[in-house]
Amino acid sequence: MDWQDFLSVLPFIIVAGWATILLLVDLWIPANRKGITAGLAVLGLIAAIAAVISRFGIEREAFDGMIIVDGFSSFLQLLFLGVGVIAIAQAYDYLRRRDIERGEYYILLLYSLSGMLLMASAGDLIVVFLAVELLSIPLYVLAAFAIPKADSEESALKYFLLGAFASGFLVYGIALVFGSTGTTALSGMVAAIESAETTPILLLVGSGMILVGLGFKVAAVPFHMWTPDVYQGAPTSVTSFMAVGAKAGGFAALLRIFISALPGAAVMWMPLTMWIAALTMAWGNIAAISQTNIKRMLAYSSIAHAGYIFMALPAAATPEVAPEAVRAALFYLVTYAITNLGAWGVVLAMEKAEGSGLEIEDYSGLGKKRPALALAMALFMLSLTGIPPTVGFMGKFYLFQVVIDANLIWLALVGVVTSLISAYYYLRVIVVMYMRDGEPEVRSEALLNSTIFITAFGTFFFGILPGFLLKMINQVSLLDLFR
Amino acid sequence: MVLLEVVQGGGLFAYAPLIIALPILGLITNIIFGRRLGERFAGIVASGVVALAFVIAILQFLALQAHPEGVTIPIAEWISVGSLSVSWAIKVDTLSTTMMLMVTGVSTLIHIYAIGYMHEDVRFQGDPGRYTRFFIFFNLFVAAMMVLVSADNYLMMFVGWEGVGLCSYLLIGFWYEKGEDGIGNAVAGKKAFITNRIGDFGFLIAMFLIFGAVGSLGFEEVFDWAHAFGEENVLIISVITLFMLLGVAGKSAQLPLFVWLPDAMAGPTPVSALIHAATMVTAGVYLIVRSNPLFSVTASTSNIVAIVGTATAFFAATIAVGQFDIKKVLAYSTISQLGFMVAAAGLGAYVAAIFHLINHAFFKALLFLASGSVIQGIEAGHHHAEHEGADIEEPFDPQDMRNMGGLRSRMKVTFWVYLIGALALSGFPPLAGFFSKDEILVDARLENPALFFLLLAAAFLTTFYMGRQVFLVFFGKARSEPAAHAKENPPVMWVPLVILGVLSVVSGALNLPKIHTLTDWLGTTIEHVHITEFSFSVAGLAVVFSIVAVVLAWMIYGRKPIEKGEADPLRKILGPIFVGMENKWWVDELYDFLFIRPYVAICWFLADVVDWRILHDWFHDSVLASAYRNGSQWLAQVFDLGIIDGIGNGLGNITKGASQRLRFVETGYVRNYALAILVGGLLTLTYFIFG
Repeated sequence: MDWQDFLSVLPFIIVAGWATILLLVDLWIPANRKGITAGLAVLGLIAAIAAVISRFGIEREAFDGMIIVDGFSSFLQLLFLGVGVIAIAQAYDYLRRRDIERGEYYILLLYSLSGMLLMASAGDLIVVFLAVELLSIPLYVLAAFAIPKADSEESALKYFLLGAFASGFLVYGIALVFGSTGTTALSGMVAAIESAETTPILLLVGSGMILVGLGFKVAAVPFHMWTPDVYQGAPTSVTSFMAVGAKAGGFAALLRIFISALPGAAVMWMPLTMWIAALTMAWGNIAAISQTNIKRMLAYSSIAHAGYIFMALPAAATPEVAPEAVRAALFYLVTYAITNLGAWGVVLAMEKAEGSGLEIEDYSGLGKKRPALALAMALFMLSLTGIPPTVGFMGKFYLFQVVIDANLIWLALVGVVTSLISAYYYLRVIVVMYMRDGEPEVRSEALLNSTIFITAFGTFFFGILPGFLLKMINQVSLLDLFR
Repeated sequence: MVLLEVVQGGGLFAYAPLIIALPILGLITNIIFGRRLGERFAGIVASGVVALAFVIAILQFLALQAHPEGVTIPIAEWISVGSLSVSWAIKVDTLSTTMMLMVTGVSTLIHIYAIGYMHEDVRFQGDPGRYTRFFIFFNLFVAAMMVLVSADNYLMMFVGWEGVGLCSYLLIGFWYEKGEDGIGNAVAGKKAFITNRIGDFGFLIAMFLIFGAVGSLGFEEVFDWAHAFGEENVLIISVITLFMLLGVAGKSAQLPLFVWLPDAMAGPTPVSALIHAATMVTAGVYLIVRSNPLFSVTASTSNIVAIVGTATAFFAATIAVGQFDIKKVLAYSTISQLGFMVAAAGLGAYVAAIFHLINHAFFKALLFLASGSVIQGIEAGHHHAEHEGADIEEPFDPQDMRNMGGLRSRMKVTFWVYLIGALALSGFPPLAGFFSKDEILVDARLENPALFFLLLAAAFLTTFYMGRQVFLVFFGKARSEPAAHAKENPPVMWVPLVILGVLSVVSGALNLPKIHTLTDWLGTTIEHVHITEFSFSVAGLAVVFSIVAVVLAWMIYGRKPIEKGEADPLRKILGPIFVGMENKWWVDELYDFLFIRPYVAICWFLADVVDWRILHDWFHDSVLASAYRNGSQWLAQVFDLGIIDGIGNGLGNITKGASQRLRFVETGYVRNYALAILVGGLLTLTYFIFG
């Protein structure tokens, strides 16, 4: 353990440490000026971004392999931090409007982010578990942030109970894997499986339970049922952050564990992940059709997108395709993050102070009233459907290509058909916005507008010129643990 | 010293992308803030960014002093499909920098002029949105023009080419609700756009052929290929260059596609000066000069280019003689001068073409802006006269030279700069036009005597119609009340005129005989340069012709100025020839008869007879529909109710039904959700253990 080890977790230290400091500082900030806390939180994130950028391109293991620094982790950490900045910007006016402005919001958000950062560079199952909990617990609290509103409390309680249940699976799975391989280090597991010094049945049961635990986090079928209730009940700014950040965090762990630590067992988990992906895509998209509430609709949409990203796992079971599959999943995560943050931003703008204005019908006439906002929403919906020239198309294109390269043609077909189904409910939003008459009440708040503008621009820009992003992602790979 | 090092190190090249970025920045700023912050702000931002772009162009010029070979600055990979790979890159070499300097320099002056002009324009009703929009389009034009000249491949050049075309369209129809019948300006814009599309079609085909033959669109690759394999591929290169010529004819208003340019004068006068005289219309000439490795391989195309240019130069000059609209005269003059440039390029005198291009930019921009000044002066006089209750015939045309006269004393600055512009255009030594026109004439005499005499005749006509214009506008007595009340414009308008006037006087020094500054400068980029020696006999001949033309113009229009309502004296002298000139030799009518009416007739035939009566009424209603009805009757009874309904509705219903059913699963009870997770987990484990 030397000072370089600490440098390796510097972004995590900055965010977690800064959150702790802010917890104290916030005491002296007057209740009606919590914008200062938000600003300070963003400053911390910017420092963390600088820390990540400064060590971009470096690959190493720290703390005896507990922490892995590689392109994969750096890229994801950048994504998380970017999501964090936007989430804070989106939350500020919203919290004021709903009269729940408290400094703890930003601090909890930072803690959750620190968990995500840790997750991205976890090199040990214990660290994974730690990161999952660090990521989740602040989110449970955040979901309850609109207390004493019953919706919010219910959402938080459900999320907490089911999350605890799923964590049980995860930690039990970790224990079984440890029992089988004698180690919790990912690199150690690779070596143990290679040398066949394992108890296969324990390893399998253990990895199955890990899959359940993490499948819950990313909302994959059949571990997804909490999603619509929690997303709907939680304050929308929390939902936006949760839908993007927590999901990306879950996938960070899934990709890391299954692709780089358990390739030896790929024959076993490949068909299972394939079925989960197919089921998730189908269930999410079909169930979304009959939703009338935009938050529930987007919740099912997020389940469906988890299914798409999940396709990267079975594809990665083919060793030659694995690096590309990881990149496709990362690219898709970015497209998902940009588009979803934007769409949730529009939902935030449409939500009234008392928490109504969330039915899809409430969007009638938006095209006339606020053309720019409607255009942005239309862009997000097209991107979620996967229609060019949006980044969503590029993401699906890349991902399906990888799946086809791995010879899983039928899975790609399921993806395409379910995308087709998804057009039904995404386009409905556009139809309602432009072809129905109505007088929607819309907010116009500078910070929120700018996040919508930035994400809309990104959705469009990367849809036309994905080269910038692809070039960056092409340099990203998982640290090879076979060495 | 530091500056010197930077210059010699070539570090200044790094700023080249700014030359495109700055105008874009300006237009974005104006889109966001222009309307709110008002006229002054919009005008200053727009002019400021173009002036900065000019500074960047100067920096490139300085950098090229130490590195005359130039550089290509890659910005991004744009398209990469199969073997087609096109990058977005900026080429800085002596040719492109010459164009950048000229375009940004002239643009800056015209932008400043437009600040005043657009404010004074009678059609401007004080709407800040309109005013800002004008400058947004203007900046967009400069950006597109910069893309065009700085491209390092044909496709990127085409982007700029289309971009300037779009701006031209937008600005010709800028007062789209004005003009004849309330749509005259819009129609003029449409005409320009469609005519240009015909030319663009040629450019596109040329591009496809280039890609087919070379496998690349980059200038370097294409020209290297032309060097290496040009000899055995003369045929394909000839075809490519001929299609390119079609593009040139569209953009640079050459025969037979010149008809849009006179109509384009419907745009505000700064637009005519910037786009339709100084910069955009010279893009065709630039294309030929840039592609000189291709053109110099094929003698036949070059010959055709020279003939087209010369014919245009002469033909347009004859029409200019018979026009009464002050801007139309200048428009035909522009076509004619563009003909000179194209002819020079066709004769292989690429440097002379660029030389004339630059000089023409200065004095033609000057003439247009000065004519705008005249028009505005007259309009101000119109306003004034109306105020005093003077009797004015309506409708009054402020651009008709028959309504002018005697403006020399009332608009002194305008008169003097107009005179300078006219002399420069006519080629009087030592003004700009003299040197460049002389170079072209010398080359023509060496290459092709027939073309030489035709060009000489065109030069003679040029001097004559300019003399006619100056006498009609500035000398004699005012022939209308507004002209009698005309007044000079504010300095924001005439200062740019004076600067352009000075440039028109001195820019001939760019390529003086024996020194050949421009030839040496462009020689590092253009491969086929030759030094044209000054010829006293040619220059003397041209000057004598010009003097004769001026004397002739004076005898007809100067000695005894025409009176109000009097017909043009030339009508008596030339008779039917003048009628032809006045009516533009009926080219528009000819095109109307040859192309437009048959086209419209075909459209009507297809739409009304083929589509509506035959396809719709008869085939569709009688044949298809009845057959279909009978068939479907059977299908509906037997087939549909049984099977199709089941599948068709079924699929939709299954999806929707499934969706509804999935809703029931979502009970809202945590225990049920936990059960689902448990079942899922058990299934997973079962699979792992027994699978």
